[in-house]
Amino acid sequence: MSAFLRLLFRNRLAALGAVVLGAILLLVLAIPLLPLPDPDVIATADRFQPPFSEGHLLGTDHLGRDLLSRLLYGTRLSLAVGVVAALIAASIGSAIGIIAGYFGGRIDNIIMRGVDMLMAFPYILLALAIVAALGPGLLNALIAVAAVNIPFFARNIRGITAGLAQREFIDAARLAGLGHTRIILQELFPNVLPVIVIAMSTTVGWMILETAGLSFLGLGSQPPQADLGSMLGEARAALISAPHTSFVPGVMIFLIVMSVNLLGDGIRDALDPRLKSGALSRPLPMTQVRRRGDVPPATDDLLAIQHLETQFHVGKRIYRAVNRVSLAVKPGECLGVIGESGSGKSVTALSVMGLVSSPPGVITGGAVRLEGEDLLGAKYETLRAKRGEKVAYIFQDPLATLHPLYKVGHQLAEAIQVHHKPSDREARARALDLLKSVRMPNAESRLDNYPHEMSGGMRQRVGIAMALANDPEVIIADEPTTALDVTVQAQILALLDDLRRERGLAIVFITHDFGVVAQLCDSVAVMYAGRIVEQGPTDTVLNAPAHPYTKRLIACVPELGGGQRELAAIPGLPPVVDNLPEGCAFAPRCDKARDECRRGDIPLDGQAPRAVRCLFPEEPVT
Amino acid sequence: MTALAVTDLSKTFPLPRRLFGPARPGVRAVRPMSFTVESGETLGIVGESGCGKSTLARMLVGLLDPTTGHIEIAGKALDNADPAVFGRLIQYVFQDPISSLNPRKTIRQIMETPLKRLYGMEKAERTARIAEIFDSVNLREEFLDRYPHEFSGGQAQRIGIARALAASPRIIVLDEPVSALDVSVQAQVLNLMARLRDEFDLTYLFISHDLAVVEAVSDRVVVLYFGAVVEIGNAKTIFSAPKHPYTKLLADSAPVVGRPLTAPEQKGSELPDPLNPPPGCAFAGRCPRATQICRAEDPALRQMQEDQFAACHHPIES
Repeated sequence: MSAFLRLLFRNRLAALGAVVLGAILLLVLAIPLLPLPDPDVIATADRFQPPFSEGHLLGTDHLGRDLLSRLLYGTRLSLAVGVVAALIAASIGSAIGIIAGYFGGRIDNIIMRGVDMLMAFPYILLALAIVAALGPGLLNALIAVAAVNIPFFARNIRGITAGLAQREFIDAARLAGLGHTRIILQELFPNVLPVIVIAMSTTVGWMILETAGLSFLGLGSQPPQADLGSMLGEARAALISAPHTSFVPGVMIFLIVMSVNLLGDGIRDALDPRLKSGALSRPLPMTQVRRRGDVPPATDDLLAIQHLETQFHVGKRIYRAVNRVSLAVKPGECLGVIGESGSGKSVTALSVMGLVSSPPGVITGGAVRLEGEDLLGAKYETLRAKRGEKVAYIFQDPLATLHPLYKVGHQLAEAIQVHHKPSDREARARALDLLKSVRMPNAESRLDNYPHEMSGGMRQRVGIAMALANDPEVIIADEPTTALDVTVQAQILALLDDLRRERGLAIVFITHDFGVVAQLCDSVAVMYAGRIVEQGPTDTVLNAPAHPYTKRLIACVPELGGGQRELAAIPGLPPVVDNLPEGCAFAPRCDKARDECRRGDIPLDGQAPRAVRCLFPEEPVT
Repeated sequence: MTALAVTDLSKTFPLPRRLFGPARPGVRAVRPMSFTVESGETLGIVGESGCGKSTLARMLVGLLDPTTGHIEIAGKALDNADPAVFGRLIQYVFQDPISSLNPRKTIRQIMETPLKRLYGMEKAERTARIAEIFDSVNLREEFLDRYPHEFSGGQAQRIGIARALAASPRIIVLDEPVSALDVSVQAQVLNLMARLRDEFDLTYLFISHDLAVVEAVSDRVVVLYFGAVVEIGNAKTIFSAPKHPYTKLLADSAPVVGRPLTAPEQKGSELPDPLNPPPGCAFAGRCPRATQICRAEDPALRQMQEDQFAACHHPIES
């Protein structure tokens, strides 16, 4: 709650709205305590007194009634009617929306078509029709305004509910013995409530305005009762001769609606989880680089990551996602990077081309060199020219990385045309070649498919084709087969292996699967809590792991042919990288850990290409 | 004793009617299948995406009505019963541990629901029972007042298992329970499940795409392809001596340390189109042993060995 308030008041306009609305509310609530004359007492002798005249701070109206008094009573009434109408519309509309969204199917269809019919009328016409049917009066105006706004809530809430009703926790509730009523009230409603509050906060102002509109037309509050709309309506005749009588309620309507809307927008921004997670702060086109210390000298590798440090600065916390990681590949080499989730393997990969989203990501040290050139110090234009052209990425989920609204042929052609200037026909021909080179069946017809028309394996072939589009020198593949079935995975791995041999590509292959590494990679680096704990040729690392973590992680992976058995497990959880223990990060889970392991910095030691970050390795590393 | 018997169970999802033209036949997600699970047994169910694993699982726990066939649990037929009745006999552990927990409820509220609704327990009784369950899944009681987003995947999955146990079911359907977890945590959860099976005398249906995991936990394995059972057999032998060519393809595709990289299938073939199923054996289009009869006639499940059944016209000879 306090976090919500802090977020809300960081928005200056919302704070202003809250202050103005608060002041109005205080004034209106204090009416019984204020020395106000009766708002309905007529004194025709005093009609149209100007503001600041004696006894009448804001003057009087055409019947000599005190304007200040009428304004405050009228404001109270207008606010009450607006808020009650919003509450009624929200409860009925949300109930309809939840029921339609939860049950779906025919019930949904019938309810929503009814709501659509209601929406087909212009709102003011509908409100007028309702009031005409029920007769004028404040209560009927309230009913009309509420009814007119029900469709807005119903549609909004139905959409949210339909999404939630598919979630697994609803199934779980059903299995726990809950009936429909309880599922709606106990499981769905708490999840929908924030959306209802958001929708209400943005519509209350609108409803106050609508009520005032009906009263202005003489359909709402009846004389002598004052509300803002009827005050404005009565003053209309004297607009030129006594403008203050229109001006006073007009300013009040403006203040109320403005402050309610500003506050409502603020509440929406503070409550909406999508906006809270930083969607409002646009990420920079490349990762921020704030390097301390020296930049390591160039080497003769094709791609060299040198002492890379990437951190995430979230509030006061610093997450050390990548901590002095060094990796290198030569042409035609395949390097595997293996680790569990949160080990920093993906952030390492994204840092290479400055793709870590910033803020919160910051590269704080080290260098990334492509053919000796430091990419971290490069300008955005330089980096952009190299993205896809020299270094290309393949991501885990091709459904998320391909644009859903463009045909794959178009997307492939675009990837080529970003860097080169072939005609559309040449680009399309090249796209076809690319699809053939990744052994896409019926490549010709597949060019005109949308991503959703393809299976996961097909889409990943498109992802690989796109990575190959500009003949890059390095491909960084981030878990490219994790989302695929085993039979498809085998095909994709074989394809990558062929491409590497045919084209002399260097591949950095990020995965959590030892079987995949063993089959594809020449050398492997094992990451834990943002650091490399072991590296070396694949055979040696897998057959004679030196770090206890590597050894035990390999033992955890069940292998086909082992029969039914107890599996090896590593107790505990990997540490969170904003609060790393001193010494070895694995020490708390390691059964060989001694006091020395929990002190100081443990170096990555050994003779190239083999190295291990352990004081008591399982195997001697020479 | 038979814990679960499934007879001719199938599910066809109707397609939306076209404005003009005849009604369409619908998508057959699960073709009529029958199998039994013995009490205390773990039956592994493997298959690739789109093979009908999850549809089968949702029918077994009553979340989806079968189109044909019936389910018997401990000798009692369970047709058209409501989930509350199913709930006490059979429970479900979901693939995504976080999204199976309501984000706005504390763990205690989540754990109390089945005790309250399925067994009508009083407050004191519930507290004692939750403590007992939490103890057996190695979770600390202080977790009870936290919200789901505060947990890691492994912990959340243990909470999911604890919730399933709270219903004291005889059978638990585990739908890819470890595929969202890291390997080091995956082993913790799998071992825990094996211990609980013995402790509470449970019967498991373990659904997974990972053959090695299925082999490590199961007594028997069912292999599904395109909504139908293609092979059932003992977990010890089914992958080392498969009878059906598809089982062999699966076993050969799994990456294994120390085996050179060879794609057992280079053609880039895909699952058949469910809207337009091929006549005959669904696997014929990918099968190296397919002949004329395979493309014309759908093979029935036949006994191949003492405890191995396969649906194939040309089974692999051992």
